[in-house]
Amino acid sequence: MWIRRPDDIPSSEITDEKLYFNRRRFLVAAGVIGATGVGLLGCNSEAEGSNAAGSAADRVPAGSGQEPEDKPNTYEQITSYNNFYEFGTDKEDPKENSGGFHPQPWTVRVEGLCKRPGDYHFEDLIKPHKVVDRTYRLRCVEAWSMVIPWQGIPLAEMIKRFEPQPSAKFVAFTTVMRPSEMPGQRRPVLQWPYVEGLRMDEATNDLTLMATGLYGKPLPNQDGAPIRLIVPWKYGFKGIKSIVKIAFVDRQPETTWNIAAPDEYGFYANVNPEVDHPRWSQASERRIGEFRRRRTLMFNGYADKVSSMYSGMDLRRNY
Amino acid sequence: MSLLSRLKPVAFLLCLAPAAFLAWNFWGVTHDRPEALGANPIREAEIFTGLWTLRFLAITLAVTPVRELLGLGALAKYRRMLGLFTFFYACVHLSMWVGVDWFFDWKAMGGEIVKHKYILIGMTTFVLLLPLALTSTNAAVRRLGGARWARLHRLVYVCAITGTVHYLWAVKKDTFFPLIYLFVFAALLGFRLWEHYVGPIRLRSRSARRRPRSTRTTLAGGAAATDTRPLGDAK
Repeated sequence: MWIRRPDDIPSSEITDEKLYFNRRRFLVAAGVIGATGVGLLGCNSEAEGSNAAGSAADRVPAGSGQEPEDKPNTYEQITSYNNFYEFGTDKEDPKENSGGFHPQPWTVRVEGLCKRPGDYHFEDLIKPHKVVDRTYRLRCVEAWSMVIPWQGIPLAEMIKRFEPQPSAKFVAFTTVMRPSEMPGQRRPVLQWPYVEGLRMDEATNDLTLMATGLYGKPLPNQDGAPIRLIVPWKYGFKGIKSIVKIAFVDRQPETTWNIAAPDEYGFYANVNPEVDHPRWSQASERRIGEFRRRRTLMFNGYADKVSSMYSGMDLRRNY
Repeated sequence: MSLLSRLKPVAFLLCLAPAAFLAWNFWGVTHDRPEALGANPIREAEIFTGLWTLRFLAITLAVTPVRELLGLGALAKYRRMLGLFTFFYACVHLSMWVGVDWFFDWKAMGGEIVKHKYILIGMTTFVLLLPLALTSTNAAVRRLGGARWARLHRLVYVCAITGTVHYLWAVKKDTFFPLIYLFVFAALLGFRLWEHYVGPIRLRSRSARRRPRSTRTTLAGGAAATDTRPLGDAK
């Protein structure tokens, strides 16, 4: 189990943003970027050899020792295989259909049970905080996963600024509603705009991130520009994208996929290999770029940081 | 020999095109074009082969209606080939799931079949396709006798429905395309049922088939069929 963040790892071990791309360029020069990115699919020995040499710095030890190492997915993979139904329901749709989306200028409305509600310009939202690097696993409910080097602001820090009242038990998020720029919103596949929510303790957990970039670049449109939620121990659909509203509320807010199929998608949506989804077994997953399935880890491998929040809860019922 | 009959080898090669396209891209993924099948090539290959199975099934079932509507008797010669290509793509689809997706993990696959209804109905569809493929030879038709053979092969409509429901249940939310397939199969089945219970539908009256009911007026408004030439596919 690992996460990479400044507090945990000596700065000498953190890859500089520019190096991501230098390494990429090196690999392109070596002619193996694809095979390296795709990892296990590159079964010829030449690609394997270069892979080890090219990306040794990227390798992070896995916790259990039983699973293969976690290696960040390529920028290409992270930006071409997306679930972002506002831009279409196929995995390639968000990349193809998000070109006309304008993530700037951007305003986020903060409202509800807090002392500092208001409309915050994107820059004002970000400026007071230090942008941190967080490389997290992302586990989709559809039983595939990636490892993504995000940049962003811990949500806990942002929330502190808004001074929520004690009565605020939940945080509710809303995606922008722009059918003119988001063709998927013109069809009622889901109830628009997309809404999500977290319990206050989940929202203020150390791991929870408001991501504004990946691989040292601003968040691409298809990945939820300009600001999105990352909750690495939950299934990907909890990570609401292109957020325009953050509300502090006293009741559990509605969430889009739960509205769409309540027996399939719960409010908690914690990654849990023991509780199967009606459509997908959750015991294993396919890491994008790998040939064989991996075992799925409880809370996506972040149990030590989050399981205490759910002690005593029936996770089979609260799926 | 009509032009249609002579074109059959060309059609055979065309039917292989999707498989060739997939093989070429799979080769690319493992060699010089890692993104040839997108970021999740295994999933992509499963969807691709599943969709082509349904498409070939629809094309197969369209042979008889098109033949009758347009009076293209020679089309009958294509039906068995297309049906077997449907089975071929179903086999590739299942092999992808067994050998690539689950890498022969029989225990896990057993669990998948029991736990997930879309996999159960997909598997059922494959099992139902088996007797149809096995009785596709001339010898099998002779052994069964034409009437029994025809009755057995009505199973193909069950396969069309279960296969499409497999697709419908597999998608997460956007059921637009599965419903299109369902509509197409319903129309094809509807055509046959109409013919069976009501009477022949013809766009070109001269090619109307000789049947007890063929004295009825056709939808095309023409007079009752008088052409009694045997069809190219006379058994």
